[in-house]
Amino acid sequence: MDSRSPDSLSPGPDAAAATPAPATVDLAPLRRAARPRWPELAVWLLPVAAWFLLPEDLALLTQIAIMAIFALSLDLVLGYAGIVTLGHAAFFGVGAYAAGLLAAKLGIGDPLLGLLFAAAVAALAGLVTAPTVLRGTGLTRLMVTIGIGMMLFEAANKATDLTGGVDGLQGIEMTPILGLWSFDLWGKTAYVYAVVVLLVLFLIARRIVHSPFGLSLRALHMNPARMPALGVSVDARLAAAWVLGATYAGIAGALLTQTTQFVSIDVLGFERSAEILLILVLGGAGRLYGALIGTIVFVTLHHVLAGIDPEYWQMWIGLVLIGIVLFARNGIMGAIDPFERLLARKKTEP
Amino acid sequence: MTAPALHTRNLVKTFGGFTATDDVSLTLAPGARHALIGPNGAGKTTLVNLLTGVLAPTAGAVFLAGEDVTGLGQHRRVRRGLARTFQINRLFADLTVLESVALAVGERRGVGWRVWSPVGAQGEVLDEAARLIETLRLADVAHRRTRDLAYGRQRLIEIALALAVRPRVLLLDEPAAGVPTRESRALFETLAELPRDMTILLIEHDMDLVFRFAERISVLVSGAVLLEDTPDVVATHPLVREVYLGEATHHA
Repeated sequence: MDSRSPDSLSPGPDAAAATPAPATVDLAPLRRAARPRWPELAVWLLPVAAWFLLPEDLALLTQIAIMAIFALSLDLVLGYAGIVTLGHAAFFGVGAYAAGLLAAKLGIGDPLLGLLFAAAVAALAGLVTAPTVLRGTGLTRLMVTIGIGMMLFEAANKATDLTGGVDGLQGIEMTPILGLWSFDLWGKTAYVYAVVVLLVLFLIARRIVHSPFGLSLRALHMNPARMPALGVSVDARLAAAWVLGATYAGIAGALLTQTTQFVSIDVLGFERSAEILLILVLGGAGRLYGALIGTIVFVTLHHVLAGIDPEYWQMWIGLVLIGIVLFARNGIMGAIDPFERLLARKKTEP
Repeated sequence: MTAPALHTRNLVKTFGGFTATDDVSLTLAPGARHALIGPNGAGKTTLVNLLTGVLAPTAGAVFLAGEDVTGLGQHRRVRRGLARTFQINRLFADLTVLESVALAVGERRGVGWRVWSPVGAQGEVLDEAARLIETLRLADVAHRRTRDLAYGRQRLIEIALALAVRPRVLLLDEPAAGVPTRESRALFETLAELPRDMTILLIEHDMDLVFRFAERISVLVSGAVLLEDTPDVVATHPLVREVYLGEATHHA
């Protein structure tokens, strides 16, 4: 509620007002804010480098790209709009099954069509669940998200005719992407496909978070009580973010289905919801690159630690996570923050 | 005759058996400089919440420019020109001053649903936000985060956000609360410079500010309006001295 931290009661350096204050506002920094910066390019060279350096691990790299989309979707919901959820796998699963059923039951194996279909179904699921989820706040809301996740899991478990239940959904065949690139045995097409979808979704998300809508999400995350006093209907904004996040999650789920040609009931599992939350917190919620970095670090850690210590790797991952949340409150991206701000200040204050 | 900018008719709010607002009929003429005073627990905050739509009244009605807005929620009343500041700052800690004000201006101008063009491309919104920041003498800190500013300057952002709504009626809920004396001058100057066609209701503890600013004063005691008159009359009224000013001098 109160945006004031105790220490800000003492006069800050600006209270001294020793130097004459500039009378006009320089709008240039804000106009520049949405422009791409060079470290971003470096991040996007990683998947290209991985293609050449790790040709044996394309299947794992594809998983990373899909998880990154999923993390991105949670970032929009939690990191930006501030909706805490432990049921986000519901939409991942809905998308995974939508794409799977379209191919397996209706015989429509076009990947892009499948993505669109899954996105639409997941968006609809978001729209349907939004009023229930947004009704409560805090713990109530969290419980509702868990409840929705559990219900969907059980529904998929029981509807064996449709979903295959615990045996999973099989018989999914994909036609070549745009009729040109078929999925190969080495996972090359799947990898490029997943990375391109990730890039496109990332660029869209980037545009959205820098927009006035994105600004309003950040603001209502910081202080929801203030927004109605600015004439904003908080519920409508939250619902929009929720549906957007659901759509992204659905696309991620569909990608998993299409690249593995199989749907396991795990796509709806509680563990998946919890894991993606860990990943986002690890990378830094509320910044898009937090979702990417978190995924890369988590999956790499997982892979490396499981290699070193196949029995107790989860314990080591737990240790690393505790260390990061204790010492870098806002995740990996949060740890970079102070340096970034220092650089930005040097630029604006010569 | 033009309708009052804001008026209430027999407003009542009870919480269980407790009457927080007791039959309040308040009228603010267009352009009024009206103050609402009263001891702690008089029901000032409840009344503000009823006026702004945070709370629904148990009985009675609220009118904005003659239109019944009793059934409207907070954000709808804001869109009809009723803005407020908060007794305790309710700001966006990690947004810069410019981002905060641009947000508020943008929402009023209806660009809040734009998803495809960056905030930095909203030329008119940014220009208006910049003018407002300059008017409030916050230009030097426009790119600083709210949380990094002194409380007195945060108070000015609070007012900037309310002004960004371009209100016809502005409720100032203890604008000087928590502001150190050496920082309060800028705040008082800002309030004095507000346009005369804006109707202002000032809820305030600081008697200096009330008697300098207000042209009419309502005294609220136990949820009811004890009296309403000009500052001169209120200042010398025996009842007021007893319930309010007397108490204030004891504390001072």
